[in-house]
Amino acid sequence: MKSTQKKILLVVASILLVVWALVTVIPMYWMLVGSVQDSAMSASFKPQMIPEQLSLSPYERFFAKTDAWRWLYNSLLISIILTVTNVFFASLAGYAFAKLKFPGSQAVFWTLLGTMMIPAQVTLIPLYILMVNVFDLGDTYTAIILPAAVSVGNIFLMKQFMSTLPTSLIHAARIDACSEFGIFWKVILPMAKPGIAVLAIFTFVASWNEFFWPFLITNSNEMRTIQVGLASFVFAESTDFGAMMAGATIGALPMIILFFSLQRYFLQGITIGAVKG
Amino acid sequence: MQTALAPKPSVPRTSRVARFWRDYGWAYLFILAPVLLFLIFTLYPVLTALIMSFQKYNIMNSTWVGLDNYERLVKDETFWKSIKNTVIFTVGTVPVNILITFVLSYFIYQMKSKWQTFFKATMYLPAVASGVTISIVWLAIFDPTDSGLLNRFLGLFGLDPVIWLGQSGTALFSLILMNWLGSHGAGIILYLAAMGGIPKSLYEAADIDHASGWTQFSKITWPLLKPTTLYLLVTGVITSFQVFISVYLMTQGGPNFATTTIAYLIYETAFKFYEFGLASAQSFVLAIIIIVISVIQFKYFSSDIEY
Repeated sequence: MKSTQKKILLVVASILLVVWALVTVIPMYWMLVGSVQDSAMSASFKPQMIPEQLSLSPYERFFAKTDAWRWLYNSLLISIILTVTNVFFASLAGYAFAKLKFPGSQAVFWTLLGTMMIPAQVTLIPLYILMVNVFDLGDTYTAIILPAAVSVGNIFLMKQFMSTLPTSLIHAARIDACSEFGIFWKVILPMAKPGIAVLAIFTFVASWNEFFWPFLITNSNEMRTIQVGLASFVFAESTDFGAMMAGATIGALPMIILFFSLQRYFLQGITIGAVKG
Repeated sequence: MQTALAPKPSVPRTSRVARFWRDYGWAYLFILAPVLLFLIFTLYPVLTALIMSFQKYNIMNSTWVGLDNYERLVKDETFWKSIKNTVIFTVGTVPVNILITFVLSYFIYQMKSKWQTFFKATMYLPAVASGVTISIVWLAIFDPTDSGLLNRFLGLFGLDPVIWLGQSGTALFSLILMNWLGSHGAGIILYLAAMGGIPKSLYEAADIDHASGWTQFSKITWPLLKPTTLYLLVTGVITSFQVFISVYLMTQGGPNFATTTIAYLIYETAFKFYEFGLASAQSFVLAIIIIVISVIQFKYFSSDIEY
């Protein structure tokens, strides 16, 4: 009796999961097939689910009409810098909050964490004025990078991760007269590699996909990131279906490739800090 | 001359300060960068925004107008409409998404581990694409002519094409629909991890007591997954209250303000009409709504969690 129930459940579950997996993947698939069929000729172009003729001309048009190479370069540069600064500063602060006892540590930590509830819209306008009118940094890499150089969420993640590391090794290093930064650099960082890998991947993807702040703070074509550039392209050329799909693919493909090559980290990484956080 | 109450003579003031820095200086140095960034890029802007919300803001000379901005937004029909749209969007998406995520996770959990990995990876995939990419793809899916994927799908059942994003009756629903069919990947992974963390002994004990499948589910699985559900609820509400990219790229808040969300309204007020004071007031209303809802959720949901 019980086992037939279980079997029915399994069959129903399998069917539903396959259907939902298709629902999830179809938009991505459609983006890909839409980007390799030539749509230049007619406005009533109907891309086929199984393309009859493959053509890379949508990509040619996308790159010809835009500064996509420059945008990709900007995105890559910004994402790499943000990944490095976030990993370094979040690990450092996370380590201090998790393992070093100092007056005010709890107060500072909870103040930082508490501000995560404040929506970005609140700080946006003063931040914009500060960057453009006070520091005169509008339309620069510095303005895009600085406010995101280390995020509170990442410090929290790293604190969670660091507190699982054994304290005895820190004491041993201290007895060996290792400097505090030396302990962090030579003892803690190597032990924290799994956590750092996850943090790096998620920061890189988030920085690559970030839209709103770069969109506000940049105004010249050369300073746009790929996401901001893509959005501007859609407004200018929303009738060129193929080129739009090619652009959407270009904006997502590096992350999709990253996902498939580092799948294990992606799928494990989400649970750090979130479960029983 | 020394009295008995005086501190040990070998500790002058300066060396006490020196000792404090020797003991704690490194720790302060380690948190210096985030704290500085926090002061400049969070605390200062929040305080400035608060002041701005009471001003008619101008870069050269701002004038204090008291509660004028707040009064204006309360009387503004578009503001109320944006609140209504945001609430409909949130109520329409978050609970449905949690239900879908939960059912999918529960089913995936019954699978063998190889299939678990396959479904996890497949359903997580869209989460790595940017909001811009997703919006462009769905713009094409919602295309009002019969070349749009959704209208083609309806055509299979002999239904007429719908102008999904272009009419006020369906525009907001379209954004909700796109959200339902979007990514549940992160939630699925969290639920699966939590399901794996439930002690098997609980189910074994329930089997001995001849508890039905439904009883086991409602007495063991669901209550023990409550922390994960709470997490998804809180983060879901916070993100959906700030929905922006899809609105900006797909509808521009239209037609007839049918998809103007509060985050989009704040953007327009500030960066299209340059009403920085009014926009700041709007953003504080948003902040208060988000904080109140989060606190209620924590109070209500975490009351009976036991580990």
